[in-house]
Amino acid sequence: MNCIVCIKQVPDTAKVKLDPKTHRLQRAGVENIMNPFDEHALEAALALRDAHGGTVTVLTMGPPQAEEVLRESIARGADRAVLVTDRAFGGADTLATSYTLAGAIRHLGGADVILCGKQAIDGDTAQVGPQIAEMLDLPQVTAVNRLACEDGRLTVTREHEDGYETLTVPLPALLTVTKNLNTPRYPSLMGKMKARKAPIETLTAAELNLDAERIGIKGSPTRVRRVYTPEVRTQGIIWQDLTPETAARQLQDILGLGGRKDGAQA
Amino acid sequence: MTQHIYVVAEHENGKLRRVTMELIGKARKLADESSQQVCAVLLGDNVDELSAPLIAAGADTVYVAAHPLLAHYTTEGYTKVIADLFGEVEPAAVLIGATNNGRDLAPRLSARLGSGVTADCTQLAMDKETGLMTWTRPALGGHILAEIICPDHMPQMGTVRPNVFPLPTPDMTRTGTIERVAVSLEKDDIRTTRVGFEAVEGEEIGLEDAEIIVSGGRGMGSKEEFARLHELARLLGGTVAASRAAVEAGWEPMVHQVGQTGKNVGPKIYLAFGISGAIQHVAGIGGSDTVVAVNHDAEAPIFKIADYGIVGDVHEVLEALIASIKAARGESGAN
Repeated sequence: MNCIVCIKQVPDTAKVKLDPKTHRLQRAGVENIMNPFDEHALEAALALRDAHGGTVTVLTMGPPQAEEVLRESIARGADRAVLVTDRAFGGADTLATSYTLAGAIRHLGGADVILCGKQAIDGDTAQVGPQIAEMLDLPQVTAVNRLACEDGRLTVTREHEDGYETLTVPLPALLTVTKNLNTPRYPSLMGKMKARKAPIETLTAAELNLDAERIGIKGSPTRVRRVYTPEVRTQGIIWQDLTPETAARQLQDILGLGGRKDGAQA
Repeated sequence: MTQHIYVVAEHENGKLRRVTMELIGKARKLADESSQQVCAVLLGDNVDELSAPLIAAGADTVYVAAHPLLAHYTTEGYTKVIADLFGEVEPAAVLIGATNNGRDLAPRLSARLGSGVTADCTQLAMDKETGLMTWTRPALGGHILAEIICPDHMPQMGTVRPNVFPLPTPDMTRTGTIERVAVSLEKDDIRTTRVGFEAVEGEEIGLEDAEIIVSGGRGMGSKEEFARLHELARLLGGTVAASRAAVEAGWEPMVHQVGQTGKNVGPKIYLAFGISGAIQHVAGIGGSDTVVAVNHDAEAPIFKIADYGIVGDVHEVLEALIASIKAARGESGAN
């Protein structure tokens, strides 16, 4: 069972703060981390390998510093790490990114299971996984929270608005996973030592033999026209030092009103 | 020549999802401003009776693709049928609800059509002359809003969050056209096999449709205390939701999580107990008419966005509120 895990290095958005005066993002000093959903994708791949044999390859597209998340993956147990990096990939939207990653996966000879996190916490698009699946003509299951493999077929459960849908899917397949799937293992001491010395293979646009019209900014149908910080809602009425009984009465009054305010919706 | 705004309809258990109607309503407004039409795309098996509500909500044409293999949503079945249809009709813009299925479908469809797609939009605009859509979406955990355009590829596509646009008032006198789509689909086109569906128990009303939501966060402290929110929700005819912290603590199932990685809700009243109000949570409650927060920490960010706030012990306030509602209704506090 050979797995490829797509990983993204992202800013730790939980630590990004807004400057209260300028309303600008304070990104200085915010560390880059492995996308939290990807930790669960990696864990799923490692568990499949531990149960069925094979290898786990981690793959990322990004600047040279994205090597950090690949080394972290090796420390956790990945066998092989590949960094897809080239200035020509800069400014890629999800379609150009998935075209590039699909090319890299093809270059690596494909895999039985390709795993991605459900979404990356910087963009939250959840698009790259399904787009890779389409470009490689693979079946996909998104938002997977349970996974088993038997006789060359996966049984997976996906999270749904109203419950959980269970599907079977033949290999090869692409899955995107949620945090409920598993508990990621920590890097071992041995793993950390291995990670320090492990070779990181790099692939460039030329090596992947990609269509120059489909990568980077050129290959991106979408453009970001403007970025701004959302307006903060006006200050409401806040009570302090009420007895629980008075607070309860206030709440009951509010619940009694409960009418729709005009203009609340766009 | 590409034209018209298409909405991919989503339905579950024979009912159209609320977000589908919200999108038809929004598409109607955009279409009227730019002299386009609104087309709904309805896939399923035995779904004819769902055409009328789509027309009443504002659709001019409903494309009905009926086939036994479309009885349930599948990535590959939906992608093939919709891509085939769009190859013929050439839409200018495509709106898909940002539900789990919608966010599974939209990127797959965009890759098949070779066009761009914007995920999880909260605002939409269309240029009257050029038909260029502006898709606005939160990014970086809700800290920023980004305006995305897709100027040179068609169709322009996006998924749109539930509960950001109002439900249109149905007009049963509206007329529209129903077009039957010839479905070319074989069993082998769909490689996944659905083997089961387990519905999650909860209050009667789903979060997306709830008018009153009683929500709890880390400040509830324990599973037992969290469970008291269900008692309040039952008294109010509301539905329980949870912050990510409460879900991760195992106090409430994932499907009731509200926020950036959970659901987007738009109740009349959102009652937040012990929720600090991280921006990722607040991102999911923007559609609420009134946000009421109870928290012991006066500095909690939830108070910056709350319409009403009570700084105090959540357990005491919750207990007093339940008791006082019961007393007002003449019930004994015995159970």
